[in-house]
Amino acid sequence: MRLLNRSAGRLSRHRRGPIAGLVVLLMGLLMTGGLYAAFAPAQADSTQSQEELVREGRELFIVGCAFCHGQNGEGVLTQGGDQYGPALTDVGAAAVDFQVGTGRMPMAAPGAQAPRKEVVYTDDEIAALSAYVASLGTGPSVPDAELYDPDTLSEAEYDEYVTRGGQIFLANCTACHNFEGSGGAMPRGGVAPKIRGVDPKYIYEAMLTGPQSMDTFSDGNIPPEDKKAVIAYLDTLDEQPSYGGLTLGSLGPVSEGLIAWLIGIGGLVGFAIWIAAHTTRTSRTKDGADA
Amino acid sequence: MTDAHDNHDDTGHGGDGAPEEPIANPGLPAHTWRPTDVDPKSEKRAEIQVAALFGLSAVCTILFVVSYFTYDIGDNWSVIGGVGASTVALGATLGLALLFIGVAIIQWARKIMGDHEITELRHPAASPEEDRETTLEALKIGIEETGIARRPLIRNSALGALGLLGLPAVVLLRDLGELPGDKLEHTIWGQGGRKLTIVEDGKEKTVVVPKMRISRDAIGTPILASDLEIGDLVNAQPEVLFNPERYYVEPNEVHGHHLQVHKSKASLILLRMDPADITPGKGREDWDVQGIVAYSKICTHVGCPISLNERTTHHLLCPCHQSTFDLADSGRVVFGPAGRPLPQLPIEVDEQGYLVAQSDFTEPVGPSYWERDYDRDRFGEGD
Repeated sequence: MRLLNRSAGRLSRHRRGPIAGLVVLLMGLLMTGGLYAAFAPAQADSTQSQEELVREGRELFIVGCAFCHGQNGEGVLTQGGDQYGPALTDVGAAAVDFQVGTGRMPMAAPGAQAPRKEVVYTDDEIAALSAYVASLGTGPSVPDAELYDPDTLSEAEYDEYVTRGGQIFLANCTACHNFEGSGGAMPRGGVAPKIRGVDPKYIYEAMLTGPQSMDTFSDGNIPPEDKKAVIAYLDTLDEQPSYGGLTLGSLGPVSEGLIAWLIGIGGLVGFAIWIAAHTTRTSRTKDGADA
Repeated sequence: MTDAHDNHDDTGHGGDGAPEEPIANPGLPAHTWRPTDVDPKSEKRAEIQVAALFGLSAVCTILFVVSYFTYDIGDNWSVIGGVGASTVALGATLGLALLFIGVAIIQWARKIMGDHEITELRHPAASPEEDRETTLEALKIGIEETGIARRPLIRNSALGALGLLGLPAVVLLRDLGELPGDKLEHTIWGQGGRKLTIVEDGKEKTVVVPKMRISRDAIGTPILASDLEIGDLVNAQPEVLFNPERYYVEPNEVHGHHLQVHKSKASLILLRMDPADITPGKGREDWDVQGIVAYSKICTHVGCPISLNERTTHHLLCPCHQSTFDLADSGRVVFGPAGRPLPQLPIEVDEQGYLVAQSDFTEPVGPSYWERDYDRDRFGEGD
């Protein structure tokens, strides 16, 4: 202990020396570099695997996507000039991760909108496809969990985020996705999907990339922190008390009207039929009555 | 009303000699009796049933009162099948109480009350000819005696007085509220860029208020033109609502009730699209910034806030009545009941690159109203 103190003391004598700053700087650089080398994945390997990933992704792309999106992701136009499959040159990895990761792509049939369905590709394949499409041009990359996962927030932060997220949600999302995120109808057969119970990553990516008819909410539009706040708010929606009883899917007048007409008025019709029905009769006659 | 047993030979009413009926009136079938009519035991059972139903209703009513005081609304909101115990108990008991009364009355009527068949004949609705003539005669004599035809002075003054009585009703309508006046012609966007005389250190000074920046709604930060990508939609508000000092506006002018009034007129939709997609209106060539356009968020039909936009078509749809506006084409109405295009806000960038309004809206925002100057809407027709 004394030895340690003594050497520390000796070192301390040099702390105001002319080269002390330089030494500290060098040591800092050395440490950062060393730590990085120790913990970061090996650079050479990573480039190699990135190239490999892109190559693998291209193979998958040619088989599964090129028919509509073109062999180099340049998009395909119909003879009428409409888009058969849009160009993927600047959509980024996030768009692929969202579309393929939620099963929207590959589309089963052409239509107004690609619906959410069973996922066809494995996670590795999705990563490869994302890497390939990202290599075609610009566009947002797949976000880190740090950006979207509300579980990374402390309890006090969480409440603050939920409050803020609720306001942003009301201003920006409710028009299409309904006041409780239950989704709604859009023009020409489209639909704004239900966004409750969706993996936070996909909500983040959807905001970032604006899938299909949805507007983009890029980081310049709604900053990442605020996106996370919206996700935190959505996270709490399912736990909100419904004092009014059954929510009927939180779809507003659509499901409420349906129930009122079918069950309410249907029940009334049933009672009316019962009221007007004939009562049981007997072949016996009342004693002394004239039949 | 006649009893079922003596209506066989009735041939109608009115004494106008109804023609002989081609098919003889078969009359009503013989009355059959209900078990409760002929069997005292059955009658007793029905009586008990009805009484029991009324009794059940009473029990439910008491249960309603009990559950009202037993269950708390706030604490146990997911006790019974995910629904509040209070909600379920109150609804079920009151509903059943009413239902049992209804069922009991119907059961009573069907099983116990008299059920002999009744015939009610249809008679012509008009009074007999004779009565009508007498009435008309009396009316004519009455009119004759008032002399209304001979004394136009009385007639006209009476008509005038009665007609004028409609006026108070119309005048009272004025009490429904203030007239809109020119309130919708100005929004808080106009607070930017104005000249203002202020007194500072005892000296009068003229300052030019900075042009109104466009801020993100709910977030409150101003937007740089470079922040937005093609396809971005921003629900925006004037920055003065978040930072009134910068625009020399009293903070309490943008609080509470005032804030809501300002928002109801100034809410904005900002959209960035490919500049090649835009068909600028006449005189609106410089109203966008590199494909960023700004429109009022208030529908011109009945004033719902709209932000239901399709990125692929730039069509903004109002969820209330499906009015659809083309934001790439001066907010032209492409579908629905809206009568006018969405008002466009001319925008530019300030020295720091933030999006600002060039001026206030150039036409009143929101739905039509009586005093509106419709000459200004000529724009958009035919171009």
